[in-house]
Amino acid sequence: MGAIWFWIVAVMLALYVVLDGFDLGVGMLYPFLARTEEDRKNMLRSIGPVWDGNEVWLLAGGGTLFFAFPLVYASAFSGFYLPLMIVLWLLILRGVGIELRGHMDNAVWRTFFDGIFFTSSALLAIFYGAALANVIRGVPIGSDSYFFLPLWTNWRVGPSPGILDWYTVLGGVVALVALAHHGALWLALKTSGALEIRANGVARMLWPVLLVVTLVSLPATVVARPLSLANYEAHAGLFAIPLLVAVALVATLYFRRRVDAGRAFLSSCVYLVVMLVGAAAGLYPTLLPSSISASQDMTIAQSLAGSHSTHVGLVWWAFGMVLAAMYFVTSYWLFRGKVTEGSDYSH
Amino acid sequence: MDTYLLHRIHFAFTITYHYLFPQLTMGLALLIVVLKFIALKNNDPRYDQASRFWAKLFVVNFLLGVVTGIPMEFQFGTNWAEFSRRTGGVIGQPLAMEGVFSFFLESTFLGLFLFGERRLSKLAHFGSAVMVFVGSWISGFFIIVTDAWMQHPVAYHLLPNGTYEVSSFWGLMLNPWAWLQYAHNMCGAVVTAAFVMSATGAFYLLDQKHEAHGRLFLKVGVVSGLISCVLMIMPTGDLQGKAVAKYQPAAMAGMEGLFRTEKGAPIVLMGQPDMEKERIDNPLTANSVLSFLIYGTTAAEVRGLDSVPRDQWPSPLPLLYYSYHIMAGLGTYFLAVMALAVLLLLRGTLYTSRWILWPLLLSFPLPYIANTAGWMTAEIGRQPWLVYGLMRTSQGYSSHVSEGNSLFTLLGFMGMYSVLTILWVVIVYRTIETGPGSTEKQLETSHA
Ligand code: HDD
Ligand code: HEM
Ligand code: HEM
Repeated sequence: MGAIWFWIVAVMLALYVVLDGFDLGVGMLYPFLARTEEDRKNMLRSIGPVWDGNEVWLLAGGGTLFFAFPLVYASAFSGFYLPLMIVLWLLILRGVGIELRGHMDNAVWRTFFDGIFFTSSALLAIFYGAALANVIRGVPIGSDSYFFLPLWTNWRVGPSPGILDWYTVLGGVVALVALAHHGALWLALKTSGALEIRANGVARMLWPVLLVVTLVSLPATVVARPLSLANYEAHAGLFAIPLLVAVALVATLYFRRRVDAGRAFLSSCVYLVVMLVGAAAGLYPTLLPSSISASQDMTIAQSLAGSHSTHVGLVWWAFGMVLAAMYFVTSYWLFRGKVTEGSDYSH
Repeated sequence: MDTYLLHRIHFAFTITYHYLFPQLTMGLALLIVVLKFIALKNNDPRYDQASRFWAKLFVVNFLLGVVTGIPMEFQFGTNWAEFSRRTGGVIGQPLAMEGVFSFFLESTFLGLFLFGERRLSKLAHFGSAVMVFVGSWISGFFIIVTDAWMQHPVAYHLLPNGTYEVSSFWGLMLNPWAWLQYAHNMCGAVVTAAFVMSATGAFYLLDQKHEAHGRLFLKVGVVSGLISCVLMIMPTGDLQGKAVAKYQPAAMAGMEGLFRTEKGAPIVLMGQPDMEKERIDNPLTANSVLSFLIYGTTAAEVRGLDSVPRDQWPSPLPLLYYSYHIMAGLGTYFLAVMALAVLLLLRGTLYTSRWILWPLLLSFPLPYIANTAGWMTAEIGRQPWLVYGLMRTSQGYSSHVSEGNSLFTLLGFMGMYSVLTILWVVIVYRTIETGPGSTEKQLETSHA
């Protein structure tokens, strides 16, 4: 039962990254790709009807974590207090930036919200990457199962790290590059004309950077938490994961060159999911590793909620996911195709 | 200030601010369905236009509800870690279900409703309005189930490690407290929406602009206002009061300012609680009414605060007392205004009676105050318990998150929310000023 919920939470969060990831990417590229007001509108139209739904995966994933592993939720959320609050503020700013810009026909108003949209999207990507890296590296969990991390200490990984050290900053950079690339592929899929060409151009520039940071991040993870390899050593089949990462990454390049924007974007989705699954596979069955000693790791067994709720939960969760899948298919289907002025994307 | 108090203020501030938006959107979602229904049935384009106008105000409030709601979902972990650790096995359930069942539904169908009017058939577009309504009301339900478990814990058992887990899923969902609270609270949401709609109508008539729509808004606003105001008091408010008297006698005594247990207890209409002398100063009372309201007979004994040890008194008690009186007082006033307005509507003079249009216009902030006061009554009345009878509030906060950190983020939220408030005022005012006639054009630019 614990293993099922571990993977449910992992997959929900991975879906969040894939879905909200492209609209974060659009935000990051926004000032670089849009030259005219029409470009800006088209970029916003490409995410308009879906960004809020994408963000729900974070809430639903967070809620599911709370439900299935209350101990981890309590310990991690209070331990990462400051960065989490900053993430919340950024989410507020981003929502406001996207939705309120069009309410006033005024250049100053619009530019203000454009700036908010860009800044919050870029910072969010960095924070998410750093957050994941924190979880992978481990945190100083005390005997009372709580911890509290300062923002930074001496920038080194070790028994008493800070939120930011060389490894987590690297995580932030990987996320920034990967999501910008992801967003560029989305835009190439959804827009046309000069904007599409520019989006492809950015994806081309970002690809080698992404390749490098991905390659660096794998050994870096092993340095930051040597135990990450334990599962891989025990089950050699898991090495298929890094292989798949490489294949997906090459596929994005291949399909983009073939001007097959749909498959290129899908490959990027696969790349993100597999990277995250790889990280989860390295952690399992730990949810939150201790940087002090492996014996203090917070594991599935310690933190799983009661068996009645987890059994009942499986029923409603499965039912809810079928519904959610139906909603997503309907809305992506209805808003399929490229955005153009006067298309149904506006009213 | 100590850490414990700061965490309480942190939560109270952010949740109170959050709830300003859902109370309108949940009520408005219902009224939009009503407008769309009339439009569809009578094939009347004015009602379509009206629903488009309200959809526009809906979106702004929905957005603010979303962005201020996300911090709520996470604050149980950040500021109330010990509470989450111990009770997450129970309350995690409804909170996760809210995410899975309502937020997906709401966000998807809102997208369809706003962006899909041309792509969908009339009926399908009506259907998407219904789904937005259903989604927001499901959301309210799961949140209330969560809160109701804290007010009146059921269907749980305690594990040896000090945490709670659900013993019966249906027991949790069918908690009678939750259904009472839900009924009353949702009526409150409709009251807010009805007053906002009536006020907008009154504004148009007084300003002599968009008058045709003004009349339409007034009609729908005061009729739904009267219905919801009646339901607010009878049966929902009355039943809630009886439940509180039965299960949370200390809260009831505090709400009513009843320091001593009495037979034939009077109701205090006005007066100030004096915590030193343990009495109400300058009281204005009605004899035996409280006993009658709670037990249906004037002679019944009502438990006062003296029947409860002082360390189990709700605190701050005067705030509890005032919150309750503000809610109930405003509830009475709402009923009076709406009843009068409907009477005038039936006699055909509502639209020209400036003496009632002015109060209707100026009353729109009051339901917000009443709803907030109602929540303060419920939440302060529960003190000192975080989960009634099981866990004290002082045991639940994140003691390892220091005072400085919590103050820092509280100030951050205050700053952020001040900016949101300004944006909200500007946008809402402009939307109302522009009026429904031109919304078609407006929506086009706004949602690009
Ligand atoms: C427009 C808003 C509004 C109005 C006019 C009223 N209420 Fe209310 N009341 C609420 C909005 C509200 C609320 C915000 O919805 C609460 C908070 C928690 C809840 O479920 O509903 C609430 C709670 C609440 C409680 C529960 C307190 C607790 O749980 O400890 C009682 C006993 C009443 N109400 C009673 C009344 C009575 C007798 C009213 C008649 C005049 C009344 N309310 C009007
Ligand atoms: C799911 C629903 C809710 C839950 C689980 C919940 C839970 C809590 C918690 C944990 C606290 C902090 C501890 C305390 O001081 O009691 C609190 C306090 C408070 N809540 Fe709620 N709450 C909910 C809904 C609401 C809503 C909707 C409002 C108001 C709009 C509200 C108003 C307050 C207030 C004013 C306090 C401060 C009381 C005080 O500090 O004395 N609550 N609630
Ligand atoms: C502690 C209590 C609360 C938490 C944790 C919470 C959480 C949230 C979250 C995360 C959202 C954003 C959803 C999205 O992205 O679509 C939201 C919005 C919403 N909340 Fe709350 N909420 C709380 C209190 C309440 C209460 C008391 C109600 C009403 C009974 C309520 C009703 C809604 C509704 C209807 C929405 C949809 C957005 C809107 O219509 O404005 N919430 N809430």
